[in-house]
Amino acid sequence: MTTPRELKYTKSHEWVKAEPDGTVTVGITFHAQEQLGDVVFIQPPEVGRRLKQGDECAVIESVKAAADLYAPVSGEVVAVNQEVSDKPERVNQDPYAAWMFRLKPSAPAELETLLDAAGYEKVAAEDKH
Amino acid sequence: MTANALRSTPLADAHRALGARMVDFAGWEMPLHYGSQLEEHRAVRSAAGVFDVSHMLALDVEGGGAQAFLRRLLANDIARLKTPGQALYSCLLNEAGGILDDLIAYWRGESRFRLVLNAGTAEKDCAWILSQREDASVRISPRRDLAILAVQGPRAREKTWEALPRTRAATRTIGYFHSAEVDGMLIARTGYTGEDGFEILLPAEVAAGAWNSLLKAGVAPAGLGARDTLRLEGGMNLYGQDMDETVTPYECGLAWTVALGEPRAFIGRQAVEAKAPTRERRGLVLIDKGVMRSHQQVRCAAGAGEITSGGFSPTLNRSIALARLPRAAGAEEAEVEVRGNWLRAKVVEPPFVRHGKVLVNL
Repeated sequence: MTTPRELKYTKSHEWVKAEPDGTVTVGITFHAQEQLGDVVFIQPPEVGRRLKQGDECAVIESVKAAADLYAPVSGEVVAVNQEVSDKPERVNQDPYAAWMFRLKPSAPAELETLLDAAGYEKVAAEDKH
Repeated sequence: MTANALRSTPLADAHRALGARMVDFAGWEMPLHYGSQLEEHRAVRSAAGVFDVSHMLALDVEGGGAQAFLRRLLANDIARLKTPGQALYSCLLNEAGGILDDLIAYWRGESRFRLVLNAGTAEKDCAWILSQREDASVRISPRRDLAILAVQGPRAREKTWEALPRTRAATRTIGYFHSAEVDGMLIARTGYTGEDGFEILLPAEVAAGAWNSLLKAGVAPAGLGARDTLRLEGGMNLYGQDMDETVTPYECGLAWTVALGEPRAFIGRQAVEAKAPTRERRGLVLIDKGVMRSHQQVRCAAGAGEITSGGFSPTLNRSIALARLPRAAGAEEAEVEVRGNWLRAKVVEPPFVRHGKVLVNL
């Protein structure tokens, strides 16, 4: 699967989508879900929580292991994707459509610090095991 | 760079061709899954799946002194087997009563027995068994020339007959924990999933052909990930997690496998009879959201314990676990420390699932 060019990425395997209304949605990459295996639980951050870039903010439990998600940018959690929380297998089936939470960025300049698709592909290649 | 290259079963190429995610298990390159271990689990519970378990080792023990040797070696009594082809589940104990391995022993008739040993303990077991042999006329032969396929599920036997028609006549009427031999294959109605099915020990050179025939008959390939969630639901222990040399069968829910009814001297007997166990195996079903995993701490009215095996149960759709807890009649609730939080769990008696049915009250 190719890494979607229009998204931004973190070294910790989250993808970030800039939405038209200025918010960003966050999910995990194809590589991340492949390493995790079948996802069985998602614990998203609570709506209203204020995060700083890099904060641990969510947990994904798979059959194999638990993984933490980190806030890709600072901001307030304005929504959680209930459909994906209820059906965690969506993360394996369609990782780039299965957004987990939505943030209203408090420091939009941070978006520039994220990786582009090519930069992320290098990270993913080094992480393969 | 590989310092110690992984061993491969005769089906390694077949797994890779199916797109399996291969992992190191006990020094063997084995398929973890072929896409989704949850789907493979469900295929076994609802129809049929096939596992390559050729990393396990068949060990033949033969000769006039074989039965007496096995009666001394194994905690369960091989003399209980009344019909050729019958199988026995037993622990192999050390002198301190600690578990060296769990295994199935098949009586093949006359003075021929076949043990099937776990992959991770095969070498240790063989060395131990050889060292305990006193009668040099007992022949002990590791059978690395055999592959092992486990076909499991409510439709497993039917699919096996469809794929391998020559096995039907010999195996159609065998009961649970019995086996028959046909065409160089030993076919046993045993398994590690809590479903019906066969385990087939067959020459390595015909394994790929049999595997392909089973897949053509619609049996789903299933990997070690599904094998683990299935056996956990089935309440079956995993050596190295739920039991090891530091515990006796009484602390692992395996009192029923220790045959003390007759004055039979077996290795570990004196030790297990001398000390009363203080801990026991219980099942846990997590009430809160999360997944229980090995070594997480457990607390309950009787005291503190730990998870030996934990995971997600696809059939119950929540986390289940086996735990070692202080002995306490009537314990119903416990708390498990999962990633820093104490979560609520229900204490139950395993198995959680058998033949597709949930057996515990949720």
